[in-house]
Amino acid sequence: MDMSFTDDELAFQSEVREFLRDELPSEIVDKVAKGIELGKDEVERWHAILNARGWLAPNWPKSFGGGEWNAVQRHIFDTEAAAANAPRIVPFGLSMLGPVLQKFGSKEQQDHWLPRILDGSDWWCQGYSEPGAGSDLASLKTRAVRDGDHYVVNGQKTWTTLGQHANMIFCLVRTDPDVKQQEGISFLLIDMNTPGIEVRPIILLDGSDEVNEVWFTDVRVPVENLVGEENKGWTYAKYLLTHERANIAGVGFSQAGLAAVKRMARAENHNGKPLIENPHFAARVAQVDIDLRAMATSNLRIISKAAAGGAPGLEASMLKVKGSIIRQEINDLARRVAGPYAMPFASEALEGANDTIPDPLGAGPVAAQYFNNRKLSIFGGSNEIQRGIIAKVTMSGGRA
Amino acid sequence: MNFELTEERQMLQDTLRRYLREKYTTAVRNDILTSDAGLSADIWAELAELGVLGALFTEEMGGFGGAGFDLAVVFEELGRAGVVEPVLDSALMGGRLLAAAGKSDMVEQVIAGTLHLAVAHGEPGGRYDMDYVHTKADGGVLTGRKAVVMNAEAADHLIVSARDGDAIALYLVAKDAKGVDIQGYPLLAGGRAGEVTFDNTPAEPLGLSLSDLQAATNLALVAISAEALGAMESATHLTKDYLMTRTQFGRPIGTFQALAHRMADLLIELEQARSAVINAAGYLEAPDADLHLSATKNLIGRIGRLVAEESIQMHGGIAMTQEYELAHIAKRIVMADHRFGDTDYHLERFIALSAA
Ligand SMILES: Cc1cc2nc3c(=O)[nH]c(=O)nc-3n(C[C@H](O)[C@H](O)[C@H](O)COP(=O)(O)OP(=O)(O)OC[C@H]3O[C@@H](n4cnc5c(N)ncnc54)[C@H](O)[C@@H]3O)c2cc1C
Repeated sequence: MDMSFTDDELAFQSEVREFLRDELPSEIVDKVAKGIELGKDEVERWHAILNARGWLAPNWPKSFGGGEWNAVQRHIFDTEAAAANAPRIVPFGLSMLGPVLQKFGSKEQQDHWLPRILDGSDWWCQGYSEPGAGSDLASLKTRAVRDGDHYVVNGQKTWTTLGQHANMIFCLVRTDPDVKQQEGISFLLIDMNTPGIEVRPIILLDGSDEVNEVWFTDVRVPVENLVGEENKGWTYAKYLLTHERANIAGVGFSQAGLAAVKRMARAENHNGKPLIENPHFAARVAQVDIDLRAMATSNLRIISKAAAGGAPGLEASMLKVKGSIIRQEINDLARRVAGPYAMPFASEALEGANDTIPDPLGAGPVAAQYFNNRKLSIFGGSNEIQRGIIAKVTMSGGRA
Repeated sequence: MNFELTEERQMLQDTLRRYLREKYTTAVRNDILTSDAGLSADIWAELAELGVLGALFTEEMGGFGGAGFDLAVVFEELGRAGVVEPVLDSALMGGRLLAAAGKSDMVEQVIAGTLHLAVAHGEPGGRYDMDYVHTKADGGVLTGRKAVVMNAEAADHLIVSARDGDAIALYLVAKDAKGVDIQGYPLLAGGRAGEVTFDNTPAEPLGLSLSDLQAATNLALVAISAEALGAMESATHLTKDYLMTRTQFGRPIGTFQALAHRMADLLIELEQARSAVINAAGYLEAPDADLHLSATKNLIGRIGRLVAEESIQMHGGIAMTQEYELAHIAKRIVMADHRFGDTDYHLERFIALSAA
């Protein structure tokens, strides 16, 4: 056991800090600090800055242009980036599709698609969920039928995050309806500009338009866009779902969020004193702080095991559940601090030309974020599904 | 002891519930939410016509109710339907303050639905503290700034707290009076509010003090708690229905024990919330009313959060969408915690009052 960073790790940490200080655009920082959604161009700008430094794909092998960082390096980067209010990396190409293509894609697919992910030529979105297939993903119905050297795709995907920005979507489709559900699914790469695709926004409860419905009507997809083998898509999908776990707990986001709560609570007045000195509020903050310190160590413990070749499916589920609970608790604290000023809010759709939303603490739309982040325990395998996995693995000796 | 509603209140509840179910649909409400005014003049007129506004006043005031249980009945139904019209701020608080000041002609107009009011009390930096008032009254004019004033733009008159020397008193200000500036904005859970500043604004003393405002706030505490209760009933109801109809893995998700037990917990907690609102309404005139009201508001804050979060979680993604009824209802529930003192404020107040 040694809890301290090595000299190399400390050097890396200063390198990261320096990079963030010099390269992270301040207009982006302002938005992230206030939890305001970034535009497509802003996300692309940050990706390009990271790519120029070779830090956009730290999880990829060097042979594919990645950084091949170890767990500690990734932890350091994630923590520093969140503390500096850097935006979240959009994960669909980099953390999801990338690793799948590296493991299961053909040489041609790797050579074509991977560089395009890095240089921003393609914006990918994830077409897994359907109206009838959420937690029970294997029940998906979107159908792909082989017709010569094309697949013809019909059906509907939903909850497609940032699909409005995407030019490409990776989809799970049903290629064989007559076998066991998991054995008739294939993994297809689809150009969003193909005729027959329609994207409709879904407005979320905070007025944001980050998710979409994607409809497919007789969409023709070249067979070379099939990843791996036909009807083996479930294997690739599961690989993808369990691949990205270094940042699954969102420790950096929680640390940054808690720091913001403390800052706001020092500025907020309650009975003539800063709110942070109020015993009830201070107890709430301390409780989360204590949980987060343990969580940060759990996160490091678990991801360093993964780097050492462990297969922590179970632990990833644990990090997801506890990490989301802590982040949501911090969102709850933030809305409490704001007091009556948590109520004013205008999504762009509601905002009139003369509306100015008062924000005396510089807190941003804390109540809207509180509601928006309810998603953390729903998507990517809900917390109920994660608990099911934990229980199943530990009590029946089965694998998830 | 008798926990049944009187016949009159039962009728009021039935009428209002039926009216809102038919008229205040999700689609109608969502249109109101995105409208510039943030409220519907038609709905307001109809609420007056149905006697909903009159039920908030005693017979001496020109109404036909006015007791804690009248408020509880009305606001529970408004909460159930997620109504955003400012019945609480404009009619109840504003109207009852004018009634206390003996302004019976204005009260009559409030009951008729033709006069809108706003109560301008809280100030920037004051959080929920009742006596944080820096607005100054001096020789019949007011100067100062008020924070998050509900219904400020639609109000014909504002009732404003201000300090004259050491004492806090209430004043009546016409919205179009000299030196009134209103910066309006929408609210997350619907409706509109504004930052209001007064600059040497002529004002009429109402002869009311901070204790009158405290009494009106007690009415508001019953109302907001009942409203949150109604919204919690809706949330729980929607969740129960969804658990019985949504299938995953070939069965209704309500058959998964992980959800079924949590649904049961919500139902248990909902009964607690109902009893807490009954306590608030029943003890409104009691000598230890403040203690009961703080107990209720604290419990509603805690259970409200649980109900809102668990209802969303057990629905999955669908509850995150704006057009689904629960989204609005959940916002009403959680944002009720930001009015008239939150969970912690009332915990502290309960502790202080219990020790006394
Ligand atoms: C903001 C947001 C962004 C998203 N982005 C994407 C995206 O980009 N691409 C994509 O493909 N998908 C995306 N999703 C979809 C997400 O993965 C699903 O919402 C998730 O899988 C849950 O499915 P569901 O919403 O249909 O809920 P359901 O599966 O219907 O679940 C409803 C409730 O039942 C519970 N439940 C279900 N089965 C069980 C069980 N066996 N035992 C106990 N409880 C159970 C769930 O936990 C939940 O509480 C997104 C969702 C959201 C909200």
